[in-house]
Amino acid sequence: MSQFETVIGLEVHAELSTRSKIFCGCPTEFGAPPNTHTCPICLGHPGVLPVVNRQAVEFAMKAALALNCEISRETKFDRKNYFYPDLPKAYQISQYDQPIGKNGWIEIEVNGIKKRIGINRLHLEEDAGKLTHSEYGGGSLVDYNRVGVPLVEIVSEPDIRSPEEAKAYLEKLKAILQYTGVSDVKMEQGSLRCDANVSIRPVGQKEFGTKTELKNMNSFRNVQLGLEYEVERQIQVVTSGGQVTQETRRWDEASKKTVVMRSKEEAHDYRYFPDPDLVRMQISEEWIEAVRQSIPELPDARKARYVQEYGLSSADAEVITISKESADFFDRATATGADPKAVANWLMGDLFGYLNANSLEFADIKLTPEGLGEMIKLIEKGTISTKIAKTVFKEMLETGKNPAAIVEEKGLVQISDEGALKKIVDDVIAANPQSVQDYLGGKKQAIGFLVGQVMKQTKGKANPPLVNKLLAEAIEKL
Amino acid sequence: MSAITRKEVEHVANLARLTLTEEEVQRYTNDLNAILAFAAKLNELDTSDVPPTSHATDVHNVMRDDENRPSLPLDAVLKNAPDHEDGQFKVPAVFE
Repeated sequence: MSQFETVIGLEVHAELSTRSKIFCGCPTEFGAPPNTHTCPICLGHPGVLPVVNRQAVEFAMKAALALNCEISRETKFDRKNYFYPDLPKAYQISQYDQPIGKNGWIEIEVNGIKKRIGINRLHLEEDAGKLTHSEYGGGSLVDYNRVGVPLVEIVSEPDIRSPEEAKAYLEKLKAILQYTGVSDVKMEQGSLRCDANVSIRPVGQKEFGTKTELKNMNSFRNVQLGLEYEVERQIQVVTSGGQVTQETRRWDEASKKTVVMRSKEEAHDYRYFPDPDLVRMQISEEWIEAVRQSIPELPDARKARYVQEYGLSSADAEVITISKESADFFDRATATGADPKAVANWLMGDLFGYLNANSLEFADIKLTPEGLGEMIKLIEKGTISTKIAKTVFKEMLETGKNPAAIVEEKGLVQISDEGALKKIVDDVIAANPQSVQDYLGGKKQAIGFLVGQVMKQTKGKANPPLVNKLLAEAIEKL
Repeated sequence: MSAITRKEVEHVANLARLTLTEEEVQRYTNDLNAILAFAAKLNELDTSDVPPTSHATDVHNVMRDDENRPSLPLDAVLKNAPDHEDGQFKVPAVFE
C-alpha cells in the first residue's frame, strides 16, 4: 500500500461535429490540403466580423446537459491572448467566467466500485492551427484549416484518484459525447484530446500537493501510461527528499517518459477580456428544454437496460455500451429476435476479436447486425451447428452475404436426419473397436473421439448432440 | 486604484512582444497612470446594483445557421504571407 494518494484532474477538448466552423462558413472536414479551408474571418484579417454558429452553441449545451451540468442563462465569449503562430489573431476566442455549462458529473466504475467524478465546467472555444517543422529547415509551417473548428473544453474536478479512474472517466466521457452525436471523438485524428493535472499527497493530508500539467497523450493507452509514469516520478522525487516543481510536462511516446516543456515562470498570462465582436448570449429555459429533449438514451441508461431486459452481466453490458457503434450493432442484431446473450457472446468474442486483430472499426466491415442475428437464429433452429456457424461468420465478415444464402450455397446445413447419421455412426463404431472398448470399460471421455470421427466424416455438418445420442445408443446395443 | 508600476509596463510589453526604449517605458508608465486616474472618476458612482458591463450594446444572440460558404482560393490566402512553402505559412522556427 502506497503512503501517497494520487490526485488527477483532466481537461478534455472535443471538436464538435458541425459542418461549418464556429465563427465562419469554412468547412470543418479533416484532411483537406493545407489552408484550403480558410477565409478572412478564420485567418484573422483586420475588420472582419465573426458570427457564432447556432449549432455549435446547441451542441455545447447538449454535451453539458448530458454531463449533468447547469446551463448558464447568461453567457459570452472572451479573448484569451497569447502569441503563438497557431493562432493568426494572437488570441483565441474562448469563454472565461461564464462557461456554457458548470457543476456537472459523470459516473464511472472501476473494479466494481461506482464513483462520481465532478465536472467543473464545459465551455465553447475555437480550435487552433497545426504547426509542422519545415522539411527544408529554417522555419515552421502553419496550416490554418483547423483554426475556428468548434471545440468544447471539459474540465473535471480533481476527483480522480488513479490512472485507471482517469481511463474510465475518459472512456465514459467519450461514450457520452459519441452517443449525443456532438463529436466524432477520434483521438487519432485529434478530435478528442486530453491534458491532465497530476499531484500526489501523503494519505490523510487535506491540501493538494504541487501539481504538474501533462500534455501530448494522444491515445487512451498513452493517457494511462503517461499518468502512471508521472505519479511514479513524483513519488520518487518526494521520497528522495525533493520537491515537485510546478511545470508543464509532455509525454514522450518514444522514450515512455514525461519531459519538461515549460516551468511556471514561463507560464502564460492570458489577459482575458470580453470579445467585443461577439454579442452576449442569453439562453432561454425553452431552448434548454428543447435541447434536453433531443438527448438520446445515454450509455448508463443503455447499460442498465441490457442488464434488466436481457439479463446481461453488468461487466458485459459495460463493454458493449462503452462505444455507440457496438451498442447500436447489438440492438439491431437483437431486434431480429436472436437471443440477446448469444448476440453479446458473438459480439464480444468473435467480432471484437476480429476487429482488434485487424485494427478495424465497425464501419469497415461488411457483416451486418441483422446478418449476425439471422445466423444466431439458424443455430437456435438447429439448421447449423455452432462450429459451422464459425465458418458462416467468417464468410459474412468477408462478403456481407446473408447467412441463409451462405449455408445454402456451401451446403452447410446441419445433418439432423437420424437415418443418414445412423449409418455413419455404425461405420465409425466398426472402425474404432478400441475406443468402443474404452468407453464400455468406463472411460466415458472416449466417446469424444468417436464424435470427432463422425464430425470428420460429415465435414462438421452433423448435429453434435444428436451424434452423441446415436453413438451412446448404438454402443449400448452392442 | 493601484498605480501602474514600471515593472508592470515592462511585463505587458513583453507579453505583447514589444521592445520599448527607456524613454518609452517612462512615458507609458506616466500615460497609463494618467488614463487610469481619469477613468477612476467613475469610481465615484455607486454601481453596487449594476451588473458588470461586457458589451456596450444591448444586442444579444446574433447567430448564424450551420452552413458552408466558400473558402478563399489558396493563392489569396497566402498573398499577404511574408513567406510560404508547400501551401503553408512559413514562420520562424518554433519549439515548444
